[in-house]
Amino acid sequence: MLDVARIREDFPILSRKVHGDVPLVYLDSAATSQKPLSVIEAESNFYLNANAAIHRGAHALAEIATEHYESSRAAIAHFIGARPNEVVFVKNATEALNLIAYGFSNATAKFRNGSQLLAGEERFVLKPGDEIVLTEMEHHANLVPWQEVVLKTGAVLKFIPTTDDGRLVVDNLADIITERTKVVSVVHQSNLLGTLNPVQLIGAQAKAVGAWFILDACQSVPHMSVDVTTLGADFVAFSGHKMCGPTGIGVLWGSSEALDALPVFLTGGSMIETVYFDHSTYAKAPAKFEAGTPMSAQIVGLAAAVKYLSDLGMDAIAEHEHRLTAAALSALQQIDGVRIVGPTEALNRGSAISFVVDSLHPHDVGHVLDSRGVAVRVGHHCAWPTCRRMNVPATTRASFYLYNDESEIEHLVSGILAAQKFFGVA
Amino acid sequence: MSLESMYQEIILEHYKSPQGKGLREPFAVEVHHVNPTCGDEITLRVHTAADGTIDLSYDGQGCSISQASASVMFELVQGKSVDDGFALEAEFLELMQSKGEKSGDEDVLGDAVAFAGVSKFPARVKCALLGWMAMKDAVSQNIGVGNGR
Repeated sequence: MLDVARIREDFPILSRKVHGDVPLVYLDSAATSQKPLSVIEAESNFYLNANAAIHRGAHALAEIATEHYESSRAAIAHFIGARPNEVVFVKNATEALNLIAYGFSNATAKFRNGSQLLAGEERFVLKPGDEIVLTEMEHHANLVPWQEVVLKTGAVLKFIPTTDDGRLVVDNLADIITERTKVVSVVHQSNLLGTLNPVQLIGAQAKAVGAWFILDACQSVPHMSVDVTTLGADFVAFSGHKMCGPTGIGVLWGSSEALDALPVFLTGGSMIETVYFDHSTYAKAPAKFEAGTPMSAQIVGLAAAVKYLSDLGMDAIAEHEHRLTAAALSALQQIDGVRIVGPTEALNRGSAISFVVDSLHPHDVGHVLDSRGVAVRVGHHCAWPTCRRMNVPATTRASFYLYNDESEIEHLVSGILAAQKFFGVA
Repeated sequence: MSLESMYQEIILEHYKSPQGKGLREPFAVEVHHVNPTCGDEITLRVHTAADGTIDLSYDGQGCSISQASASVMFELVQGKSVDDGFALEAEFLELMQSKGEKSGDEDVLGDAVAFAGVSKFPARVKCALLGWMAMKDAVSQNIGVGNGR
């Protein structure tokens, strides 16, 4: 059991008031989580005591900064069951997914140009008619980059369908993921619907046909114990800011084999082995994907975040959220006119809960909630096609994390009732 | 924060009973505008009649602010000259960008002054402007002065 009252002391922002003197009820952690003092202090301490450019310079401070940087990489790798050299630092999951997608377009462009491919790069060449399989519940970050790949390579997109209650249809995967499939990229846990997807099953089919298997784990890694080596994936992407870490830092995990083969994305300083006027050779992963001066302070902050989460225990966090999710689903469904968009039971489901209120637009629901201090997200949640698939223009989404408690569900419910009353639809 | 400070009664009335809603023919230009952060949408048609006045029709879905504002815009702009329509749009835009500092001239803006409170909420200003921006875009295209967006 998490001691939520104790945990909340680590997050001073949760005690602030909004709109003058209204207590804050923060139910928007699926968008971005709040940060504990230990993370803020780690970032601050780096600037106060350790700041220097890493991996260069022969002075003491540069070595101290580099030590902070690489020990942070090791800690973050350990958190996801990985080896340090399999962890690539990026800006966020969006950049991680773009990095992979560009690997395919770049390999294909080099191939068509007759350029020399590096070892393994041929595995990323796409031909017209090759298939990229996604799901009907992807965040735009795992959809739009692949639409760009299609425009550049002639590959085509296919989608694993979603049921009306927000689960993936996986009983005919072999019909969707076939010999023509070269890439399967799916969301581990939907940010809109909350669904936790059976990724091992999908990954097994991807492997059976020799396709690359990529996971958007933005909404799973912050909320449950994730060992990237057990998911059957070649690549896993997630963001630091959703898991108590700073903004501006995310992770691309790849197996050593996959990272070695993947073509470079951003190029320039720090990612090279040798440079001549007419060509260059590249460093080994992860350095070959980390061009330019990195976000050192944010990386140190993310390492503090994974320590904070580990000290509480990811299983305890998951259990806490599961209990809140079940309670919130039950309370919301007892309100006349409220409908959950996504699975209505807490089984295989995360704590992001989307819903619609009859005759009320989500923006108006969100505004009434905000007037009472309840912070939720409204809109299409960067999953606009998924909203269309679920036949809703937009939703209101409440999402819970380790610092939320049952009393906040009551605030959410009373706020929805107040919105219905205010607009005269109850 | 008082909800009534933003959701004036007049806004709720327009939301529940939107004026002029529903697409009509004939039309010279049709535009589709969206608010990409929240998915509010409006489709708006326009043609300028022989006497140079604006004839509008529209349909859309979205929050109370976006739908009520489109309704008020219709009431104000329908049948006006292009110059008067654009002047109204400029006046309303100024009110929406006032961050709560202006109350609007009721003689000019009529029911639209009810949206003055919305200007204090940056996330909702786009909602209030959706219909107006669509109108400006469509009329501009119709009279051939390029894209008004």
